[in-house]
Amino acid sequence: MNITVKLNGIAQTIAVEPSDLLIDVIRDRLGVKSPKYGCGKGDCGACTVLLDGDVVRSCLVLAVEADGREITTVEALSMEGPNDVQRELIRNNAFQCGFCAPGVTLAAEELLRRNADPTEEEIREAVAGNLCRCTGYQQIVEAVRTAARSRRKKAGRKRRPRSGRKGVKS
Amino acid sequence: MSIAHPFVYEKPATVGQALKLLSRHGPRARVLAGGTDLIGLMVDGAERPDVVVDIKGIKGLKDIRREKSATVLGSLATFTDVLESSLIRRKLPVMAEMAGWVASRGVRNRGTLVGNICSAVPCCDTGPILLAYRAQILVKGPRGARRVPIDKWFTGPRTTVLKPRELVIGIRIPDPGRHAGCFVKMRRYRGEDLAQASVTVLLMPGKEWRVAFGSVAPKPIQGKRIERLLKGRSLDAGLMDKVVDLTAKEIAPITDIRSTREYRAHMIRVMMRRALEGAVSRKAGKGPPYGSELI
Repeated sequence: MNITVKLNGIAQTIAVEPSDLLIDVIRDRLGVKSPKYGCGKGDCGACTVLLDGDVVRSCLVLAVEADGREITTVEALSMEGPNDVQRELIRNNAFQCGFCAPGVTLAAEELLRRNADPTEEEIREAVAGNLCRCTGYQQIVEAVRTAARSRRKKAGRKRRPRSGRKGVKS
Repeated sequence: MSIAHPFVYEKPATVGQALKLLSRHGPRARVLAGGTDLIGLMVDGAERPDVVVDIKGIKGLKDIRREKSATVLGSLATFTDVLESSLIRRKLPVMAEMAGWVASRGVRNRGTLVGNICSAVPCCDTGPILLAYRAQILVKGPRGARRVPIDKWFTGPRTTVLKPRELVIGIRIPDPGRHAGCFVKMRRYRGEDLAQASVTVLLMPGKEWRVAFGSVAPKPIQGKRIERLLKGRSLDAGLMDKVVDLTAKEIAPITDIRSTREYRAHMIRVMMRRALEGAVSRKAGKGPPYGSELI
């Protein structure tokens, strides 16, 4: 069956089988290689992408479920060079092998979009589902904290910083 | 790795259409909500449905709403929805606390509470909390609607009273009144690990206590003996010791990949104590804020 997804801002229509996983379609059919196939069970977070802005495990999503929706990978964050989160991750030497890096970056980006001023606890919780087995989390947490600060500063020049969580549904 | 067997994907727009599909295909169909459990099982080959019925196209099932002195969670409400709902935080704070400790953000954004109770693994986090809140499961099937009290829901590891051809519409939680409580979950590491053991304690109006355990029996269980012992009483050191000793009678832990039986049995005592103390101090308006790590 045909599905249409907006991948990193570009609408694409592609024929898929119901049994195709989203990660395989993104990597092997649409050629975007940043999401990695790690555990295949939703444990490691290497396959993280944003689906309509929310971090999800693309190894646990059928490609057909993404029909009509928007998928974002790290490639979209760095269209004009690394964005603020990515720059801080680089500056803090947050990664060694880099396998977890796309997932961690997207988890951090999603956190900062919904929470401009996260506590250390909230930063740790946001990246807890992205397993890094090289460097440890200290540099990652430091990078996210610094990126949050600079993003708030930048936003403050234009308007008062927004606080708190994403719109609460109830 | 990918899913090795072919299947038909259906995305009904209404509950009626979904029921028709489930009716037609019976046990050969599986309902897909968040997929965080089902898709992993399909990749492993443990689940091989011929038809997958994706209910995410059904409007209204994602709502968390009020209904005549109860809160109703639709079957598409995710853990993130529950965690961020001001209604849940206000009315059922221990539920929000539980939701925050499930897996990771990436799983919480997708996984649903109803999916969790339908998977019915013994270590699920929703089971104990819903037992403590005396929830009812709203089911629709070819013979109409029925409500299943949560203590009749689980029948064993990965099994429930839900029949093929039936669909869970949501979870109804009667208003508990002014209460406080704790959800204490032990796991090896943060981020994804399932519970090695969990204890839920609610202190209700009129000194009624509610106690439930996860991951220490073939299914989530209610601590009935402890509830009876505590009923109408205030907690003191002597009573606390009695309750902690009684945990051994309530649970039947096993040794598995996450923990040994002995470790579970020991730690459940520690967790029981913390949950009771936490519930009392939260009821008094003190204690750690909801969502704090309690062990």
